[in-house]
Amino acid sequence: MPKLTVNGKEVEVPAGATVLQACEAAGEEIPRFCYHERLSIAGNCRMCLVEMEKSPKPIASCAMPAADGMVIRTDTETVKKAREGVLEFLLINHPLDCPICDQGGECDLQDETMGYGRGASRYAENKRAVTEKYMGPLIKTVMTRCIHCTRCIRFLQDVAGVPELGAIYRGEKMQITSYLESALTSELQGNVIDLCPVGALTSAPYSFHGRPWELRKVETVDVMDALGSNIRVDARGMEVMRVLPRLHEDVNEEWISDKTRFAYDGLKERRLDRPWVRRNGRLEEASWEEAFEAIAEGLKGINGDEIAGVVGDLNELEGMYAFREWLKTLGCTRVEGRQDGTRLEPGVRAGYLMNSGIAGIERADALLLIGSDPRLEAPVFNARIARMVRNGCRVARIGGSSDLTYAVEELGDDAALLTVLLEGKHPFTKVLEKAEHPALILGQGALMRADGAAIWAAARALAEKLGMRVAEKAGGSEEDAGEPAWNGFNVLHTAAARVGALDLGLATEGGIAAILEDAREGRLKAVFLLGADEFDTSAFANVFTVYVGTHGDEGVRHADVILPAAAYTEKHGIYLNTEGRVQWAEPAVPPPGDAREDWTIFRALSDVVGRRLPFDDRAALLARLGEELPFIAEIDVKPDAEWGEFGRAGDIASGPIPTAVGRFHFTNPIARASRTMAECDAVCHGTSGEATGTNG
Amino acid sequence: MLQDKDRIFTNLYGYEDWGVDAAMKRGDWDGTREIMAKGQDWIIEEVKESGLRGRGGAGFPTGLKWSFMPKERPAGQPAYLVVNADESEPGTCKDREILRHEPHKLIEGALLAGFAMRATAAYIYVRGEFYREAERLEATVAEAYEKGLIGRNASGSGYDFDIHVHRGAGAYICGEETAMLQSLEGKKGQPRLKPPFPAMVGLYGAPTTVNNVESISVVPTILRRGAGWFSSFGRPNNTGTKLFCISGHVNKPCTVEESMSIQLRDLIERHAGGVRGGWDNLLAVIPGGSSVPLIPKSVCDEVLMDYDALREAQSGLGTAAVIVMDKSTDIVRAIARLSYFYKHESCGQCTPCREGTGWMWRVMERLVEGRARREEIDLLLEVTKQVEGHTICALGDAAAWPIQGLIRHFRDEIERRIDDYQRRTGAIAAE
Repeated sequence: MPKLTVNGKEVEVPAGATVLQACEAAGEEIPRFCYHERLSIAGNCRMCLVEMEKSPKPIASCAMPAADGMVIRTDTETVKKAREGVLEFLLINHPLDCPICDQGGECDLQDETMGYGRGASRYAENKRAVTEKYMGPLIKTVMTRCIHCTRCIRFLQDVAGVPELGAIYRGEKMQITSYLESALTSELQGNVIDLCPVGALTSAPYSFHGRPWELRKVETVDVMDALGSNIRVDARGMEVMRVLPRLHEDVNEEWISDKTRFAYDGLKERRLDRPWVRRNGRLEEASWEEAFEAIAEGLKGINGDEIAGVVGDLNELEGMYAFREWLKTLGCTRVEGRQDGTRLEPGVRAGYLMNSGIAGIERADALLLIGSDPRLEAPVFNARIARMVRNGCRVARIGGSSDLTYAVEELGDDAALLTVLLEGKHPFTKVLEKAEHPALILGQGALMRADGAAIWAAARALAEKLGMRVAEKAGGSEEDAGEPAWNGFNVLHTAAARVGALDLGLATEGGIAAILEDAREGRLKAVFLLGADEFDTSAFANVFTVYVGTHGDEGVRHADVILPAAAYTEKHGIYLNTEGRVQWAEPAVPPPGDAREDWTIFRALSDVVGRRLPFDDRAALLARLGEELPFIAEIDVKPDAEWGEFGRAGDIASGPIPTAVGRFHFTNPIARASRTMAECDAVCHGTSGEATGTNG
Repeated sequence: MLQDKDRIFTNLYGYEDWGVDAAMKRGDWDGTREIMAKGQDWIIEEVKESGLRGRGGAGFPTGLKWSFMPKERPAGQPAYLVVNADESEPGTCKDREILRHEPHKLIEGALLAGFAMRATAAYIYVRGEFYREAERLEATVAEAYEKGLIGRNASGSGYDFDIHVHRGAGAYICGEETAMLQSLEGKKGQPRLKPPFPAMVGLYGAPTTVNNVESISVVPTILRRGAGWFSSFGRPNNTGTKLFCISGHVNKPCTVEESMSIQLRDLIERHAGGVRGGWDNLLAVIPGGSSVPLIPKSVCDEVLMDYDALREAQSGLGTAAVIVMDKSTDIVRAIARLSYFYKHESCGQCTPCREGTGWMWRVMERLVEGRARREEIDLLLEVTKQVEGHTICALGDAAAWPIQGLIRHFRDEIERRIDDYQRRTGAIAAE
């Protein structure tokens, strides 16, 4: 713990800290452009210069390790002059086009200029101009504004794991580019927009759409994957203008995936903004009363056991709870929450949670992926695994191979390998045995198989056999003392609603396949879909179908009544992420048109059909929900779930493991409605080149 | 004047063959095994005592630099000697002569230096433009391997030492030691942040020392003839013999080995045939390669060619590349050309150098014509101060110093041009 003096004030900082961090600990703000806590140190902007005793030259505080006895000064004339000099250099070739720059109002260069600028330019020469660089449909470039901090280069290299950006040429001709000007392939590329301290890299979909001071900023959580990334939704009027990450060390650090960031335009397209009722085979606009009457009419003569409900991937806990409670009043208990057909079952929570925790998994030193592609299923989480690999963690995978941006030992695409590993006949078993903190990640792809329950059980057996579950270490070495218990059994979900749905017990015998089968066979008379769009609904062609949701997607294809609901940016809601962490979403904008928050729809419907639900406001609903699931009161805590028996022991058939996420940009109705996501998908799958001038 | 018997580089002009047999006749590879038998600490002590300072320009004591290398390393961790043969400093042409005509001195030196610092291998980074020199060096390395002088059990010493030749691609900045390591690793040649210094984290993360060709090439002779012999030349703290490269407006430009602390005037008149048109026709001299400030004739009259004397004269010995300029020189234009060079060679990594070198060059170009205001001289001076000392490597300083030297000694010349230009254009405007 080096002790040093900053402006006469003594501070103690952890070993390995930099002088810049020490200055911050002493309460001194150090201006910087290139330095970023989560990236490697470049030390190239020279803005953070400070004076150090015994050093003839000012030092770059971001790059200098803090050492015992250093005497640092940040308030001298030399330091001020040095910073003013650097800032002047940055500005001489900066276009100063702030009025037409999207970074205006949230620009580091503007901010620092207020502190260190000289007010007028002394530069009498021509300014440099740099051609724009194509980086794909998400990032708009104005490279004349670039100050060469290289944050974007370092982000893609260090965090995203795809070194696709670099600097070409040298001196004042240096340019940041993707070399051949191809689109970036990272699912995390949008983060370079936040990292860029100036307006060189800005959001292409958001370009010229708004100014930061016009926006209402609402802190909420994301639903595009099951991580529950913390986001800030910026809205103006009725419109979501953009989505930005929020800092949460244990979930998303300060990154979000491109789907989280850019799918928001899908909130404005193909929206269900009023109820619809099918009359004579055609959907017609209707009022809420008419829609409710149509439901009452449609349910006439149908018994509770002839009804089924299916919930989707983006639903909050309250809506699913109200949905289940209302169906119960009709005598229906068949509510399915696993529309992708996975074989997870409610009961033992540890069986379907990421028990290590998103941050906790970094303790793992050997990791087995079973039928999971974290790069597509949870890109931000994948960046964490990449960091683990850099720190020496060995990763192997059973299942289809793909580029995860780090070294993976691909054991093969055969589920039966799990049995081989369990029996200890595979070399990677040894690796897991020797590891201090072995871990496995069970993907939804593996659980989707017909023998998913057996795979689930085998994964549990593997976890137990290899000591992935370790009780609190008592009397261990000093290093281990007080270390939390290790549970390396992890399920990586792909749907934001799934953990909540399982907690609510929304699982039925036979799952979604049985519901479809019964629908085809005529045993099912009515089906209610709550935002469920991820399976083929043609089986419901002759079934009375009610769709409650946000978008005109797969679910409305055979719907007889459509009730418009609120999307995740438009409602209060509780989401449980893949580790079971309870997080609250807040509405940023009101739902469009006649759409309503989900639970209020069922409360209103219960007045007309079934029995009145016993809650009139959200507080009353939450009180009842809290009685059933007491843990929802523990907000933003990673739960330690009790271990138990789960899965059904059985044979695992040899054969490939399906993928849970095929097309990253199209995993939910919001993303499918998004123009931006469609462009990304086209670039990703190489179809964009086929468009001709007449394709619109 | 240095006597022939005290010359280290006896084949500097290539009158004899460069090959291993001829080199051995001249005394190279003589008793290498015995020198190594005296031990690593003895070699480092001897080099320290000789007072040898780095010949690449910075003048850091070579023995001291070697002693920074860790004496013990974790098993399996290599350590490297990197020989900087990326001689690109304008005016400098000393390492080139060594590569051409005395390559065995370099190879033997690399073995002894590498052995002393407990390195496992040496990389010789040759400037891209030195095509023939690199070929010759490769041939030399092959000869040395063949004779068992290097490689496994090098020279029968029981020490294994490999030498690799690597060609650069012609970027000046790759002569900066950490940029050279980046370049060797296959990355863009951009200087690294220090600390960590290369002796701790260098090439491929292993402890590394980077030395100039001349520093390494003189080591075998120092060890053979003794530190006392070497330090008997020159003044204290500026000892030894040195290769001087004299170019520009002299009658016989040359590279010559001389004693340190020789008078500049002596050096020019004895070895380079004097200044064109006589000593009185001298305008200024850049005494240590393009990176150091020039000194006007008044200083040249008396100054000694060594580190300390030239620093007192607000210049530097640098690479000892003496660029002589007589009174026919357009001194502003000459320095403007150097500014262009630094603008061109800046790596672009850090702000002051990337932006400052271009700014300085553009102002310099206008000063050449006089198309400026008098205040801009001070502005330019201030810009050089804003660059100097604020950059990652020394290229920023190197770009700033020549301009500072120009303004220090030739301010009246710049002002005269500005006045002339204003008079001229003013006259046009009045018409």
